[in-house]
Amino acid sequence: MEASAPTHPAGRFARTRERERTGESRLARVGRLFARGPLHVLLIVIAVLWLVPTFALFVTSLLPPSEITQTGWWHVIAHPSLATFDNYKHLFDNHDIVTSLVTTVEIAVGNTILLVVVASLAGYAFAWMRFPGRDVLFVIVIALLVVPLQTALIPIFSLYQSTGLFDTVLGLVLFHTAFGLPFGIFLMRNFFMGIPKDIMESARIDGASELRIFVKLILPLGLPAIASLAIFQFLWTWNDLIVALTFGRNTQPLTVAIFSQTRQFGSNIELIAPASFLSLAIPLAVFLALQRYFVQGMLAGSVK
Amino acid sequence: MEASAVTAAGNGRTGRWRQRLVPAAFLLPALIFLGVWIVYPTVRTVIRSFFDRNGSGFVWLDNYKTIFTTDTLRTALKNNALWVAVVPALVTAIGLVFAVLTERVRWSTAFKTAVFMPMAISLFAAGVIWHLMDDKDPGKGTVNASIKAVKGAFGSSGVLTQGQGSTPQLVGSTKTGFVLRTPLRPGATALLGLTAIPPAAVPKGAKQAVAAAPRSGAITGTVWRDFRPGGGRPGRVEPGEIGIPGATVELRDSAGKAVATTTAGADGSFAFGGAKPGIYHAAISKKTFEPPFGGVSWLGPKLITPAVMIAYIWVWAGFAMVVIAAGLSAISREVLEAARTDGATEWQVFRRVTVPLLAPVLSVVFITMIINVLKVFDIILSVAPQSSQDDANVIALAMWRTSFGGVNDFGLGSAIAVLLFVLVVPALLLNIRRFRREE
Repeated sequence: MEASAPTHPAGRFARTRERERTGESRLARVGRLFARGPLHVLLIVIAVLWLVPTFALFVTSLLPPSEITQTGWWHVIAHPSLATFDNYKHLFDNHDIVTSLVTTVEIAVGNTILLVVVASLAGYAFAWMRFPGRDVLFVIVIALLVVPLQTALIPIFSLYQSTGLFDTVLGLVLFHTAFGLPFGIFLMRNFFMGIPKDIMESARIDGASELRIFVKLILPLGLPAIASLAIFQFLWTWNDLIVALTFGRNTQPLTVAIFSQTRQFGSNIELIAPASFLSLAIPLAVFLALQRYFVQGMLAGSVK
Repeated sequence: MEASAVTAAGNGRTGRWRQRLVPAAFLLPALIFLGVWIVYPTVRTVIRSFFDRNGSGFVWLDNYKTIFTTDTLRTALKNNALWVAVVPALVTAIGLVFAVLTERVRWSTAFKTAVFMPMAISLFAAGVIWHLMDDKDPGKGTVNASIKAVKGAFGSSGVLTQGQGSTPQLVGSTKTGFVLRTPLRPGATALLGLTAIPPAAVPKGAKQAVAAAPRSGAITGTVWRDFRPGGGRPGRVEPGEIGIPGATVELRDSAGKAVATTTAGADGSFAFGGAKPGIYHAAISKKTFEPPFGGVSWLGPKLITPAVMIAYIWVWAGFAMVVIAAGLSAISREVLEAARTDGATEWQVFRRVTVPLLAPVLSVVFITMIINVLKVFDIILSVAPQSSQDDANVIALAMWRTSFGGVNDFGLGSAIAVLLFVLVVPALLLNIRRFRREE
């Protein structure tokens, strides 16, 4: 299954690695390691450079308010006793932040589920059903891939105002779903098309209905692609600022709650730093746990 | 790949109806979303852009004219042009370099995770991170602290902040340095006395000043604080007056060009040995008075756009690296080995074989980044303080601020949105062409 799907470059990675492992003796490998010492040093420096900013935010979030405006985060390395989790304690005592955390989860989870369902249905239809206008419709989907969401903000703002969807979690979920769909449909269709034809034909000859095939066959087989899409959409929605800023007032996800704090940057870093770290810790955990699917989805979306 | 649709039990009228209805049912939810939330609003936005702010008066192209005649909007266009010119190329280049460097490194997965990690973080939070990193105070901002550490290693900040010549012979200012007007030949001594230095500002380790003894073939001298409690006589080194260690002294030729520099010792003495015959002037260099590094104002109006770009590149480099690395692993080893066997250097292999073979992947990354850069928004709001946001303005931000950020001009906002849309149309056509070719 994996090998036949067009969206899985993992096989290629594995093959390269295999070739390297068998191609040379251990001695030659050790010798080359020494010859390339400077390269390793360079790469370590780059990796550290890339990690420092996030680490800096984390350490800053541990500084007591009295220190935060006085000193740089690196002083904590010399004085580890300065570090405290008090900022986080205060953060969770802050009603607005806790509410916005719940709102963020609602938006991200609701949107991810809705998008996966709608995109899978459409992706299956584009991959395995024949109907007039199919190719034209799919080209339209491809065209919509790059439409900037700014183009939709003003009319949807007016629409939401008049329908009561303004400032609701549902309104945000629906908007995110729509703008996640072109990529979602594209990804699911390409993955479904990799399903071997004889599996589909035998299911249809057995007289199974399309819905049954979809639920019992397609969804289980499409799980890797669904995982990719779900992670992508979860991160996208979790990290969104502009949509929530436009269609929400009291319905604030974390990013918007922090944004309203940053208007007084400097005076309240002891709130902004831990809140920002909280808002990035969850996507980071999701990413680190499911990195493989994230990368596969990204490659399928960009290289195809 | 042509997916064949095998219809289940599709005979007669009901069969044909099912054939139409089933796909429609599967597609309907998606089509409603795409239609209501993307296609319809896009059309509405185009129409709205020809109307005034209330939406009642038809103004034809006035809103578009306003885009090109309003200062902050022109700044946005200029900045966006800069973004497109700089960032996609840099991100692609960095991604290519990282991908090639890590290609045969054992711990490449760890490296890639580190560089790719910011992709999981919201651009907004990444902006908060860099806002803190870019603090002007070198005591708090990581970037400026690093610059200060590097500068400190080369000792470029001066030992004094103020002072003036103690005699009319020593002329100049802390901005230009102080020159002794008395001409000097090898073997002469120069007394460079300074006053108006508060006791607290005297560099650490200063000792009783010593008037330098003449030395044949050399120009010697003393830089000292020409003042002691009670006054003392200007121009003479007296007990109780101390040297200025670390003061930078220049020896200038008759044309005024510095031919040698040295620093004064704890007792203020210095010496230029081996001077060729001729006439010279001794001077206390302006370096002596160079103020300590106060920090680069990254978040100020001048540097804000580069500052945001750095943050943005930090986020996206990992994307480019991972996509290019995947392309790299698909290149056949045999081709590269063949080039190496033929005697090509690693650089030639990279330049003549790897890059051309990667061209399609590089162009995908490049185009993706152009589209992303056109839409850059959140990271600017969080990196740039309110005071610099006009200077950091870009199209997407201008669209939002015009429509929802207080101005609330939906006509002009729509026009900016349409402009943004028009700018991504080439990418849209390119996508379609690529898809058509592949199918």
